[in-house]
Amino acid sequence: MSDTALPGSKNPAARNFFAALQLDTRLLGMIGAFVVLCLVFNVFTDGRFLTPRNIFNLTIQTVSVAIMATGMVFVIVTRHIDLSVGSLLATVAAIMAVVQTDILPQVLGLGHPAIWIIAIFAGIIAGVLIGAFQGWMIGYLSIPAFIVTLGGLLVWRNVAWFITSGQTIGPLDETFTMIGGIGGTMGETASWIFGILAVAASLWLQVASRRRKSSHGFPVKPVWAEVTMAAITSIAILGFVAILNAYDIPKARLKRIFEASGETLPEGLTMGYGIPYSVLLLIVVAVVMTVIARQTRLGRYIFATGGNPDAAELSGINTRFLTVKVFAIMGGLSALAAAVAAARLGFSTNDIGTLDELRVIAAAVIGGTALAGGIGTIYGAILGALIMQSLQSGMAMVGVDAPLQNIVVGTVLVLAVLVDIIYRKRTGD
Amino acid sequence: MSTPLVEMKDMCISFGGVRAVDHVTVDLFPGEVVGLLGHNGAGKSTLIKILSGAYKADSGEIRINGEEVHIHSPRDARAQNIETIYQTLALADNLDAASNLFLGRELTSPLGFVDDDKMEAETRKIMGRLNPNFKKFHAPVKALSGGQRQSVAIARAVYFNAKILIMDEPTAALGVHETQMVAELIQELKKQGLGIFLISHDIHDVFQLCDRLAVMKNGQLVGTAKTTDVTDDDVLGMIILGKCPPGATPGPGALVDDTVVG
Repeated sequence: MSDTALPGSKNPAARNFFAALQLDTRLLGMIGAFVVLCLVFNVFTDGRFLTPRNIFNLTIQTVSVAIMATGMVFVIVTRHIDLSVGSLLATVAAIMAVVQTDILPQVLGLGHPAIWIIAIFAGIIAGVLIGAFQGWMIGYLSIPAFIVTLGGLLVWRNVAWFITSGQTIGPLDETFTMIGGIGGTMGETASWIFGILAVAASLWLQVASRRRKSSHGFPVKPVWAEVTMAAITSIAILGFVAILNAYDIPKARLKRIFEASGETLPEGLTMGYGIPYSVLLLIVVAVVMTVIARQTRLGRYIFATGGNPDAAELSGINTRFLTVKVFAIMGGLSALAAAVAAARLGFSTNDIGTLDELRVIAAAVIGGTALAGGIGTIYGAILGALIMQSLQSGMAMVGVDAPLQNIVVGTVLVLAVLVDIIYRKRTGD
Repeated sequence: MSTPLVEMKDMCISFGGVRAVDHVTVDLFPGEVVGLLGHNGAGKSTLIKILSGAYKADSGEIRINGEEVHIHSPRDARAQNIETIYQTLALADNLDAASNLFLGRELTSPLGFVDDDKMEAETRKIMGRLNPNFKKFHAPVKALSGGQRQSVAIARAVYFNAKILIMDEPTAALGVHETQMVAELIQELKKQGLGIFLISHDIHDVFQLCDRLAVMKNGQLVGTAKTTDVTDDDVLGMIILGKCPPGATPGPGALVDDTVVG
């Protein structure tokens, strides 16, 4: 009934086409907005925006905020907020920096191969504990999340200062800095292998899901729709790999790499960067968080609690402990983001992650996470982070004045939420 | 009669000095529907929330099949096969029917992941029995009508083999046809030997569906009676004045003067 009652009836064929694909129309809208944004910047920068080099840089600039945004989805879905992530990132970065430059070299010796991983683990443990502590205050002591994390915003920023005595700590361990971005990439061959594996995995998931559905006798998509979807995802994955591979390592740098291993650079040889390890980390985080959100009880309870906290409680869900878990996850992800951010700089500085909490919240919200709770997706948040970063660096490339940049970003945030509200009213979901 | 399915003896609970439930004793036998009546704020929902584990009683004793049990949380209540259908429809609006039906008790695959397809298959089965017109398996329950939402809530109770069913105003949000559907369902569940506590404002509903009724006023029990032993007016008198008619067994909340005079 509601279908036929829609005013200004849309083209029925198009409606059926998208209905058959069972695509998320909000996701399509976001991708559409992103594509338009990129094309506009590309025109204004005379084609410099959509070069492999710039796309590569965009992805590595997005990683830190995107990792935290996936956690912020859970926080906002459960009707909370976390204002402390930027400061938490600074504290964890300081801990990781001190562990790898101060403590471990004395114990293990400078340049020990295990230093980077121990430092990261120490950081993750610290992040999870701090997050869980904040979650405990919110869940069990019933202090509003806004207040707890506003306090955290001040506390952790200055704990970081305290730990480092205000100094910039570095240089960081060489292996550690490889997860920062350009300093550590997979190379062309490994990237292609990864891309092909990813395509195989996505195809397998699609087939398995279809088989499961038909075994229960549920309606399935038409075959052409499945094939179209498979083609789109495969092209997207391989296209992404191709672009990152197309960004060649500069001649001088390549020469240094060869000289370091005692060889000379063969004439005319070029090598692409491929997928940075930081982007690989983001992909792993995205997959794990999506699985948690959709395929585990924890995820189900997070969304149920966001949708109706009383119903969740009456269904026997321990919503207090759930809050602790959600904030612990947020803390752990902030720690991962801290590792990426510090590694990218090569140092841990006092102002690392400043204002990141706002970028992270904005990314989640632009990505369709509703502050009223219960609604949000991981991929949406990552796309939101990418859109924010593209806006910022695109404007910088075009040469927009710094104050105007922030004015635009702030306006876009509000407009994105407005569009989302209108969309929800129209579609009724 | 045999042992009652549920006995709640001398239940008391206070909220900040207000005695919401004051020494109330009720019982429920298998295959019986007991209606709980009273004004808003009479304490009927509070009493029932003690049984469903949402509140913890200050004092009193709950016996299930003659054995004393301690219910401290909704989980404890579920372990005793007590299922509750709340007035406010305790559903997560943003999730679909299957997720709501299995909320807190998800079916999982051997690896521990939530098995959505299996849950959907089970949901389709049970909804086919309860409400064959139900088609929206993928929409969030927010998009469903009141009757459809109520059938999801009832399906939850039926699917998990409830022995004791608590229904708090189950027909308040429903149309005529849907109310009839719920009434038929209650008769069906009765035949299967479930005990049902039905909270209602609608005296007509209570006389149609219940075997016995218990009336509360100001947190106290006015009295209990078989629906065949009292009239509509008797029950109204119990609810409004706290006056216990001859056909009913008076409780501590009955108006003492009247019974002496009458």
